[in-house]
Amino acid sequence: MSQLTLLIVFDGVLLVTLLALGFAAVLSPEPRRAVMLFIAFGLWLSLVWARLKAPDVALAEAAIGAGLGGALMLAAARRAARSSARTDGGDET
Amino acid sequence: MLTAQFLYGGAGLVLFALGLWSFLVHEPLLRKIIALNITGAGVFHVLIAIAYRGDVAPPDPVPHALVLTGIVVAVSATALALMLGARLQDAEEEDRRR
Amino acid sequence: MTSMTRARRAARSAERNRDLSLLVAVLLALLGAALTVVYFMALQAGAAPRLADLAYERLPGTGVQNPVTAVLLNYRAYDTLMELAVLLAALLGIWSLGPAAPGFQRSGAVLAGMVSWVVPLLIVTGGYLLWVGGYAPGGAFQAGALLGAAGVIVRLAGDPRAGLPGEAAQRWLLVAGVLVFTLVGLGLMVFGAGFLTYPPKIAKWLILAIEMAATVAIGVALAAAYVGGRPPGPQARPTAEDEDALSATEPAAENTPAPSP
Repeated sequence: MSQLTLLIVFDGVLLVTLLALGFAAVLSPEPRRAVMLFIAFGLWLSLVWARLKAPDVALAEAAIGAGLGGALMLAAARRAARSSARTDGGDET
Repeated sequence: MLTAQFLYGGAGLVLFALGLWSFLVHEPLLRKIIALNITGAGVFHVLIAIAYRGDVAPPDPVPHALVLTGIVVAVSATALALMLGARLQDAEEEDRRR
Repeated sequence: MTSMTRARRAARSAERNRDLSLLVAVLLALLGAALTVVYFMALQAGAAPRLADLAYERLPGTGVQNPVTAVLLNYRAYDTLMELAVLLAALLGIWSLGPAAPGFQRSGAVLAGMVSWVVPLLIVTGGYLLWVGGYAPGGAFQAGALLGAAGVIVRLAGDPRAGLPGEAAQRWLLVAGVLVFTLVGLGLMVFGAGFLTYPPKIAKWLILAIEMAATVAIGVALAAAYVGGRPPGPQARPTAEDEDALSATEPAAENTPAPSP
């Protein structure tokens, strides 16, 4: 295989995985799982941006978008899970 | 035209539409926020794809700087939205207990 | 009887919801296709004159060698100033929602040991990224993000304030970015240059000063956003004696949020 085809295969793998992670994050109904998938999506996205010669943005996305955003969302998912457990214990209509 | 530019930009547009769909269709606040973040990621992705100018030419730094600013703003908006949602939840629970 | 009608109504509304979400999906697919066509045509039309060439041409006079940092802090410095203001406004919104949640229990020995290694490492890496941003990938945002991550880790390990100082000091740190940025801009105006138009000779040091303040402000703002509310006041904060009592008791190993092996 020539180098060009290899690069196209590489691009294809990057993009298919990115889209699959995005779909999985959006379609998962369980909050904690959705957040985990979103973090994975963000980290993969930073990989794709490194491929597109944007290392500055890739660093920022890995640290801010996936890392801190993910931490904030995980805290929210934990809170949501606890509160739904509390309401399930009470009167559920 | 660069094939890579079209492919990566197209993926960004798919992410944009996907996030918008999820934002409109799904009910829970956390899912809506994840959807909005994916929409934003799609927009950033298109910008980065436009900035890419092949293996030889250096990439355009102006969209890169825009995306960097956008990432920080998106995270601060996400944090504010999540905290607002938490307060909303607390208020609802208080109402239910009464 | 009523339960049956209610069930039927629920089923009907669920059906309507499904129809609606299908309609939304179709419309958005059309929108996506239209955008793709426009994007393809725009790419086919060829490259219009771009800012990139101008940005590279003027790079020697900006005081930095990394073009992205040059755009962020020299060409489009207004953008970054306003972005710091947005971050500050978001944090004010979070603080206005009330006091922060109490946070996590004090961590066990293993997690505490790891934290005492990782947090200094994160701070040193942040400083490195800040310095290296002048000529390589890095800069204030990435460095600030690392500082914020250090704060998140400290809070996860049991410090309710994420290692941040008291509220008054936090306020100063938070506005440091906007303050230094604006002061530099106004100072340049006083000395005859335009607002945020750096003279090439001292541009590097002005940019470094702004970046240092911005790094601290971004790091504190992100960590404070993770704390999620006004920092606990002096009366709510555990006193030194309480802290001693806490650390003297057995570490609460059964409830620490440490990952299971």
